[in-house]
Amino acid sequence: MNNTLKANIIEANIIEANKIKANKISEIFADQKAFIAFLTAGDPSLDKTEEFILAMDAAGADLIEIGIPFSDPIAEGPVIEAANERALSASTTTDAIFDMVARVRAQTAIPLVFLTYMNPVFVYGVERFFSACQKNGINGIIIPDLPFEEKGEILSVAQAHDVDVITLIAPTSQDRIQMLARDATGFIYLVSSLGVTGVRSEIKTDLAAIVSDIRAVTQTPIAVGFGIATPEQATTIAKLADGVIVGSAIVRIIAEHGAASTPILIDYVRKMKAALV
Amino acid sequence: MSKGKYGIHGGQYTPETLMNAIIEVEKAYEHYKNDPAFQAELTELLNDYAGRPSRLYFAKKMTADLGGAKIYLKREDLNHTGSHKINNVLGQALLAKKMGKTRLIAETGAGQHGVATATAAALMGFECEIFMGKEDTDRQALNVFRMRLLGAKVHVVTSGTMTLKDAVNETFREWTTRVDDTHYVLGSVMGPHPFPEMVRDFQSVISKEAREQILKKEGKLPSAVIACVGGGSNAIGAFYNFIPDEEVRLIGCEAAGKGVDTALHAATIANGSLGIFHGMKSYFCQDEYGQIAPVYSISAGLDYPGIGPEHAHLHDTKRAEYVPITDDEAVAAFEYLSRTEGIIPAIESAHAIAYAMVLAPTMRKDEIIIVNVSGRGDKDVAAIARYKGENIYE
Ligand SMILES: Cc1ncc(COP(=O)(O)O)c(C=O)c1O
Repeated sequence: MNNTLKANIIEANIIEANKIKANKISEIFADQKAFIAFLTAGDPSLDKTEEFILAMDAAGADLIEIGIPFSDPIAEGPVIEAANERALSASTTTDAIFDMVARVRAQTAIPLVFLTYMNPVFVYGVERFFSACQKNGINGIIIPDLPFEEKGEILSVAQAHDVDVITLIAPTSQDRIQMLARDATGFIYLVSSLGVTGVRSEIKTDLAAIVSDIRAVTQTPIAVGFGIATPEQATTIAKLADGVIVGSAIVRIIAEHGAASTPILIDYVRKMKAALV
Repeated sequence: MSKGKYGIHGGQYTPETLMNAIIEVEKAYEHYKNDPAFQAELTELLNDYAGRPSRLYFAKKMTADLGGAKIYLKREDLNHTGSHKINNVLGQALLAKKMGKTRLIAETGAGQHGVATATAAALMGFECEIFMGKEDTDRQALNVFRMRLLGAKVHVVTSGTMTLKDAVNETFREWTTRVDDTHYVLGSVMGPHPFPEMVRDFQSVISKEAREQILKKEGKLPSAVIACVGGGSNAIGAFYNFIPDEEVRLIGCEAAGKGVDTALHAATIANGSLGIFHGMKSYFCQDEYGQIAPVYSISAGLDYPGIGPEHAHLHDTKRAEYVPITDDEAVAAFEYLSRTEGIIPAIESAHAIAYAMVLAPTMRKDEIIIVNVSGRGDKDVAAIARYKGENIYE
């Protein structure tokens, strides 16, 4: 065995030994409105992703969604799509992301949830993927192109490894809402608007009606995402739901400031968290 | 419960935002496919508007020159708009009309599907928007103008590899943004259920006719049916009614670009692996982490990193065979058919011609090959000239 390999194994063991037990997703909604921050792993580098996650955690984020970049993110608007391209150009791989997650998990108990597409999970190997999630401290996963009808692809394996498969509910879900909500675990991701991810000036969906349909069948907390960027929007949404998810606005900061994003992210997350009252 | 399965392939891997839209298409299709009035209306459009049935032509000079099996060409190139794409488009447009939709959106690679969709939109009074990768708007510029002439808006897609796969991504994104009044006319036997089944049914008119035509002309079935495969719609259309005839070899020709041993190809069966993408489980060109590979072919219509789920299943069960054909072989076949029979095929279809040129001489003279000429080559003339080093512009 060569020395770098040996050093890697020793380091891996230290991280394993130092791993902090993750908080449960449900705990973050217990006595407050939750702020959920999304970023794309590897944009601009995995070291920076680690730094950004810890900074947003310290600034008050309650859960971090980590995007595993995919070549063809069909649910994303231009901002996050570009982040996916930057991360992949920086040769970000699923294995390296797991290593980064392990380093984060050695330093914080904040719940961590992956967001990715079905193909990276399927091709990695469903069992191998979720066992790595469990080992490295991932609490949940969001897969936009895995609808209720196809959940069987991963559900039992994810459950066996203590990973919540987060349910997405859309403005077009209508008669499907209760079927979707009934088995939801972790939290429910309520998509605020039609279309792809991206900052929006106005959210037109009747969220209150959808929320009440959901509440009729489950106690699982509801977090609203897609298009939310400003503290004012966050305040409005927090009146209806248990949490607010922000992606594009954060990714846009990272796109603009790159490796120097940390102070701007801290400032932004603080403001957003303060707006959730 | 997962629907639309072909063995392990297929399914409905689609964002929740689109699930109700897809279920709506599924229900409408289930209803209208058994509705005689719908079928009669579609048949009338196919016959009187699109010019069906397409001819099954005995390629006498080609047969004599190759010196083996008798070669028949199924002339989808003679359809209105110049390819098989119109068969599917008329079916889906009519369905969209019945569903009360007022707007059609579609992806296109070579532009043939976009032209067919724009044509049906003009005919039936739909608003129409087409998504096409930048690389393809450059190499198929004539079709871009043709779509505009027909009243469609053409969006140039500059994300990802700027080819067919990215045009599909953008069209799905557009559909999630505006789903109420809009139908996505998917152009091949791919995507989430019910598209692979519905598009196959609309294209199976090719083999329905071809089977009757060959039995009438020759009194027997062919030994082989050959078609090119992008997503696989003309191929499944040409194969479908021969699937129960086990003695008929079904051969799909994939784009091998510069060669399957290079990075520049789009040969999904030869080099792909199992994955889940664009709504379906099937084979895809991809890396070990499931990132979809950039693919390449001289042919914009075959330049796609996946293959329809029914083909993946026909491959698994060995009912069909898939062979890679390089750019050089396709260009040689393009020129050969032009000179030998006076038929300029689409560069996509030339991939099928190329394999017929390999196979025919190895077969007996009393055997028959049917080659599906999926489209005509007018759109490709300038690009082939450039490939040959002649700097002509359209
Ligand atoms: C003439 C022609 N043939 C074949 C294809 C490939 O599509 P498919 O494999 O769905 O038939 C295209 C696509 O643009 C085409 O224009």
